[in-house]
Parts: sequence; structure tokens; C-alpha cells
Amino acid sequence: MDCKQPNDQTSAEMADVLSFVTTGNARPLLHEIRHALDKLLAIGETTIIDLGALPFGPGDARELEDILGQGEIDATMTIMGRSHVRETGVPGVWRIDHFDEEDEVQSRFIEITFMPDILKTQREDAERGLEHLRERLAELEGNRQT
Amino acid sequence: MPNKPMLKDLMKTHGVSRRAFMKYCASLASVMALSPAMVPRIAEALENAPRTSVIWLSFQECTGCTEAITRSHAPTIEDMIFNAISLDYHHTLQAASGHAAEEAREHAMKEHWGEYLVVVDGSIPIKDPGYSTIAGISNLDMLKDTAAGAAAIVSVGTCAAYGGVGHADPNPTGAVAVSEIIKDKPIINVPGCPPIPVVMTGVLAHFLSLGIPELDELGRPKAFFGNAIHDRCYRRPFYDKGLFANGFDDEGAKEGWCLYKLGCKGPTTKAACATVKWNNGVSFPIEAGHPCLGCTEPDFWDNGGFYKPLSVPSGDYRRLGLAAVAGGAAAGVAGGLLAKATKAKAAKAHETVDAHDLEKSS
Ligand code: SF4
Repeated sequence: MDCKQPNDQTSAEMADVLSFVTTGNARPLLHEIRHALDKLLAIGETTIIDLGALPFGPGDARELEDILGQGEIDATMTIMGRSHVRETGVPGVWRIDHFDEEDEVQSRFIEITFMPDILKTQREDAERGLEHLRERLAELEGNRQT
Repeated sequence: MPNKPMLKDLMKTHGVSRRAFMKYCASLASVMALSPAMVPRIAEALENAPRTSVIWLSFQECTGCTEAITRSHAPTIEDMIFNAISLDYHHTLQAASGHAAEEAREHAMKEHWGEYLVVVDGSIPIKDPGYSTIAGISNLDMLKDTAAGAAAIVSVGTCAAYGGVGHADPNPTGAVAVSEIIKDKPIINVPGCPPIPVVMTGVLAHFLSLGIPELDELGRPKAFFGNAIHDRCYRRPFYDKGLFANGFDDEGAKEGWCLYKLGCKGPTTKAACATVKWNNGVSFPIEAGHPCLGCTEPDFWDNGGFYKPLSVPSGDYRRLGLAAVAGGAAAGVAGGLLAKATKAKAAKAHETVDAHDLEKSS
């Protein structure tokens, strides 16, 4: 009854064809990353590139991935949906992908930095954590007294 | 509005971490097409934003815009942005009706005179105001009355922005856009049939955090309507190579080729569909194999048929088109210029030209 179900073979072929579609934007982006890494090393300045801001085909994503590769850190964070933070094979160049609670892509960035901010514990969160810990301890100790 | 909680407090009660807020602001900046360097400013402004009173007026509409925005995402901070406004009147969503509802509107207006935001969906019939009334008040009177004390107006959907389907030929109700009636208030147009939910919330967030966004010549925020679908379309490489689908089930369609010849209005349509996409970024019409209808453009209903290639009317426009093609411009660019230049006149007596005709004549 499911007339919308595509034939497996055609859809696989189609996915394969589509995965090679490029816009030619990967190369200039890689050069932009090179310049940014230069700047990070020279003056310590961080650069963030929004991958959602430029037309990017599946073939471009493939080229980017091929050249940058996977580095030593691969972190998955659970913050209102998943966030995937990983260092690429070029140290100092990070991929940050945010997903929403239904695991759909929310935004994608390349960050050229020694340490992405989002990985660090945020001061407000630590303050809230301390408050929480104090409350729990007070509860515990209150319980013991009674 | 001291008794209205700030977003900061709302976040705390919802147990939202600072990190989650940073993630949200980064994604919001991306969606608003703002530089990642703006993130700290957006965060600061959003955190300290007081709850703005919003009066939502629905006129001649199909409720699609409201349906879209209320189904925007799973509960996320985006939802909270919606909570961070005080939706004081929305007759589709509110429990009260009739005079009780109108009282709520009047009360919100009195309390926040000069500060509230008016959101409108739907066109306004002016041929006979009796065509559409709410609690006995004509749409025209309600709009004028409510707009008087507004800080700004957001026209959501193509009907409010440009008249939409109500305004389509022969326009039996004399439907017009908000901007045809209100001339003395800032108006932000967020067209689309319906607009992408995240674009609607993005514009609201922009208004709350950074004020009125930069608008294009049609009153649309440039951040969302700055590029033509065609400029961002993943099928563009096929277009550039002249590889077109000729039917919905031919080989070209199966290979994912360009939909220009099936009537795609991507070259003349400015919208964020190709980048932001729909249903939480799953896909958009062209990705699903259907040509773009051009729903964010004025008079798209009358623009020559959804399944006809971009039309070139006879006369001067045809000559202009051929000259542009002969000059080396791509067919889509020529088509784009033409469709834009002829918006009003194109409604009637157009000729259809497809990419092959244009190629032949170049
Ligand atoms: S004509 Fe339509 S399908 Fe073809 S490249 Fe342009 S926007 Fe994409």
C-alpha cells in the first residue's frame, strides 16, 4: 500500500549521485580556514565560520571532511538536543554541529581556536551548581539531625 | 513592566543552562544570517529583554501561518522566546471570544500604549468591510484602531504582507496588504505561504534583542530574504550545466536535475527555504522534487502558472530578455530580471518561454 516507498536501488543510486554535487565552495573555505589558523597562531585571535551561511553541496561537505579529517577530540554534549564538538585532524580547527531535540541540524560551525567556548563550564552554570550542591548538603545534614 | 519576568528568570525556572543558551544564540545568529561575532550581543540583549506585549490580529487568512508558528519546534528555548513575549490577544489561540476577547485587546493596548507589537496575518478587505469582521468590528477598523498605539507591526504571511490569495485576480473582496492602510508605523513583512516558523520566531527575536531588522525594498528582513532560492539551491550545478527535468517522473527528475522547466520560481524568489529548510531543517519543496512556487513574492498567485517556466510577457519585456541572454547572462538571471520588472503587468497576457527557447535565441 505504501506507494511512496522509493525503490531501494534507485534511492541508493540517487543518494550516490547527489553526494557528489558540489558548488565549488569547499576550496575557498579551506583557504579561509588556513588564513584563520595563521591568525590564531600569530595573534591568538579566534575565528568562527558559519557553515549555514554559504551554499554547500554534499560533495563540498565530502571534500571538507576529506581534507580536515578527524582529530583527537570527539565530544557529544547533551544540551537541549545534541551538540557535536570535535577537533579535526588539523589541530586548532574544530567542527561544531548543533542539533535540536529531534536530532535535526540547528546550526553548523567551524571554529578556529585553541579551545571552543562551549566546551568550557560556564560561570553561571557553575554558580547554579554550587547553589544546588549546597542545598543538597543542607537537606542531607538536616535529615541527619532529625 | 516590572511584574513581567525577564527571559533570564524564565531560563532559570526552566532549568536551562548557560551553555544551552549559548547554543541557542549561536543557532539563532546563524538563522538570522548574522555574524557569529554578534552572538554575545544577542545573548545580552535577549537576557535582559522585558516581556513585550503582542497583539496578534488574524484577518482574511487560512490560519496556516498560526498553524506553522505554533508547530515550530519541540519545546526549546525558541519556545521560550515565544514565552518571553506576552501574547495578549490572538483570537485563534485564546480561550475568550467575542466581547471578552476584545476587552483583552483594549486592555493590553491601554496598558502598553506606544510599546506593544502588532502581528497581523491575513489581508484586509476594503471593497466591503463587512466581508470580514471580528465581534462585529471590521478588519479595517480593527487594524487602524490597534495600529495607532503600536511600536511596530509585523505582517506575517504573504496575505498580510502583500495581499496574498485574497488579492489574487479577480480579488473579489478588494483585499489589500497592511502596508496599504498603515503608513505611519514601521512595518516588517515576513511573507511566505506560510513563512518558515523559525523565520517568524527569528524576526520576533530580532525585534526583542536588536530592534527592527534591516529591510529590503519589499519590507522584508534582509537577513532572511536577502538571497534568491536559486542562489542557494543545491540543484544549481545542474541548472548551470543546462540539465533540466522535463517531467515529474522522467530520468532528469530521478537524477535530481534542475526544476526550472517544471516552473521553478527559485530564480525570482527571495526566501530562506534552501538554507533554513522546513520541518526543522529536513527538506524544502525543491529537495522534495517540486518546483518553488515563489510564495514570498507579491502576486505569486498571478505570476503565470505554477508549472510553467518563468514567463516572459510579450512586448518590451521579451526584447529585454533576449538582449540579456544575448549579452551572456544566464537564462535564470534574465528571467529573474524580467519577472521582477513586470510583476504588476505580468498578471495578464504573458507568453511562456522555457530555458530551451532562451538558449536557442542566444
Ligand atoms: S531553477 Fe529552481 S531547481 Fe533549478 S537551480 Fe534554480 S532554484 Fe534550483
